[in-house]
Amino acid sequence: MHALPAPRSSTRAFIPRTSMEPSEDGSFQTHRSRRKRIGIALAGILFLATIFGVVVLVTLLVDVVTSGTPWLDGRFITSFPSRNPGEAGIKSALFGSLWLMGLTALISVPLGVASAVYLEEYARDGWFLRLIQINIANLAGVPSVVYGILGLALFVRFAALGQSLLAGALTLSLLILPIIIISTQEALRSIPSGIRENAYALGATRWQVIWSHVLPMAAPGIFTGVILALSRAIGETAPLILIGALTFVPFLPRGALDQFTALPIQIFNWTARPQSEFEGLAAAAIVVLMILLFTMNLTAILLRNYFEERRAGS
Amino acid sequence: MPTDESTDDAPTSPVSADAPTPNGRPDAPEPQGEAAAPEADAPSVRPKLRIEDLHFWYGENHALQGISMDVQPNRVTALIGPSGCGKSTLLRCLNRMNELIQGTTLEGTILADGQDIYADDTDPVMVRRRIGMVFQKPNPFPKSIYKNVAWGAEINGYTGDLDALVERSLRQAALWDEVKDQLHSSALDLSGGQQQRLCIARTLAVQPDVVLMDEPASALDPIATSKIEETITELKKDYTIVIVTHNMQQASRISDETAFLYMGRLIEMSPTDQLFTRPEKDRTEAYVTGRFG
Repeated sequence: MHALPAPRSSTRAFIPRTSMEPSEDGSFQTHRSRRKRIGIALAGILFLATIFGVVVLVTLLVDVVTSGTPWLDGRFITSFPSRNPGEAGIKSALFGSLWLMGLTALISVPLGVASAVYLEEYARDGWFLRLIQINIANLAGVPSVVYGILGLALFVRFAALGQSLLAGALTLSLLILPIIIISTQEALRSIPSGIRENAYALGATRWQVIWSHVLPMAAPGIFTGVILALSRAIGETAPLILIGALTFVPFLPRGALDQFTALPIQIFNWTARPQSEFEGLAAAAIVVLMILLFTMNLTAILLRNYFEERRAGS
Repeated sequence: MPTDESTDDAPTSPVSADAPTPNGRPDAPEPQGEAAAPEADAPSVRPKLRIEDLHFWYGENHALQGISMDVQPNRVTALIGPSGCGKSTLLRCLNRMNELIQGTTLEGTILADGQDIYADDTDPVMVRRRIGMVFQKPNPFPKSIYKNVAWGAEINGYTGDLDALVERSLRQAALWDEVKDQLHSSALDLSGGQQQRLCIARTLAVQPDVVLMDEPASALDPIATSKIEETITELKKDYTIVIVTHNMQQASRISDETAFLYMGRLIEMSPTDQLFTRPEKDRTEAYVTGRFG
């Protein structure tokens, strides 16, 4: 029988109580209170950084909503723009934006998702693939004005589409394609390789694996990316101004080749007016634009949740 | 190399005599053209898979260095060896899964029923349909139990009664009784052991001839493991099984033949009881007795 070693008799507390108490042999100088102070200070700085953004945003929102609300009514939504602030509305701009979003989505989503599937699932690794990847990543960072110049040269002039909805939608599609491609690639990459291997091991072809498993599982991520990209497109002003979208449009577009205006342009136009009433109108239009944006983001979240549930269930 | 000889000398009990081709399956393998070759007069010794001087590289890494071995029909062949010895790589070469990984190279020949599975005119998709695979980690599709089993058959154009096929496959994998009342609920709600048996059922549903298993029980508890082992023993009546395992007790319990791999080479292959009790090579003995590995 071996006796257990007797507990070390010591007057020291097991956990040191004072901040500067050195360890038994002096090899540790814990500096507890100093480390604690640094920790608290850091937490404070991080909190301030967070709160700064929030405060600025809330101030902006409150300002816009308070100055915009008096102008926000049914007439505002259903009226065409006018020189007279009391009669001006956003009907044509709102419809223009909705048209623009629909067309942009129709063009950019199939193209973007198809490119991403090719790059992720088909393309062989090599210098060509890497070149394309780098280009796409860089394109995502190109200022939107540059896309406007490209759209003006390519779609408005060369393809002779004029200052039409289609030209605008094509330009915005170019602008958001890199975002859609990159987010779709991320979504595809997040599918566990085991799923692919299992499907292949059952004698599936590449397309069957992608269509039955990879794309459905990546759908939530793809939808989120698409809607975030569209949210970016809906707020873009510069490229639309460059391709020559009109600022005063007292009619509704009836087809993709009609001239148009959009909410950001209407806002830009109103803020440039000298009369103070137009500031209120601009604020009201901003509120409408934001409601549209929130709706889109909400749709993204709901769609993602829906597909995630389906992914988990049958 | 004693490997080829030792397998040929192995007492080949006439398994295939009393259980000819896997019957009870509507889609029995079509007779191969080469089946009329001279050696076909002794069908019991004809290997299901013949691997000849197989080399495999991951980029520069020479993972398999000249493996030659035969896999007998309706037997369980175990591949054992320390981590990184190439046993999983070898297994994945047998149904061309490795070529899904970019930057790999393969040399050598693998014959299935005498047919070169790496021939230019052989479709890897068809190879995988005949030589199925169960992976280490149970990875059911995020769909219903029924869909999991039926999908492989559907994409391969199965025209028979899908419900009957799903039931038969689940029965073969010893899962039917546990899931028959919840076929249309999510496969992800099953336990790990059930998921792995579902993966086995899924593999069987496309009616392969050979089933490869890559440590199918390594992620499971002992009870689930013993169920999988019973299933495997049951399956060899109808299928040829090659299983990679880290667990030597498991290899000795379920396999008829065992191949010991080390550093990308086949050190020894013999009937399992012989390999574990009277190994020919010192290294094999050291490994199976637990002195290294």
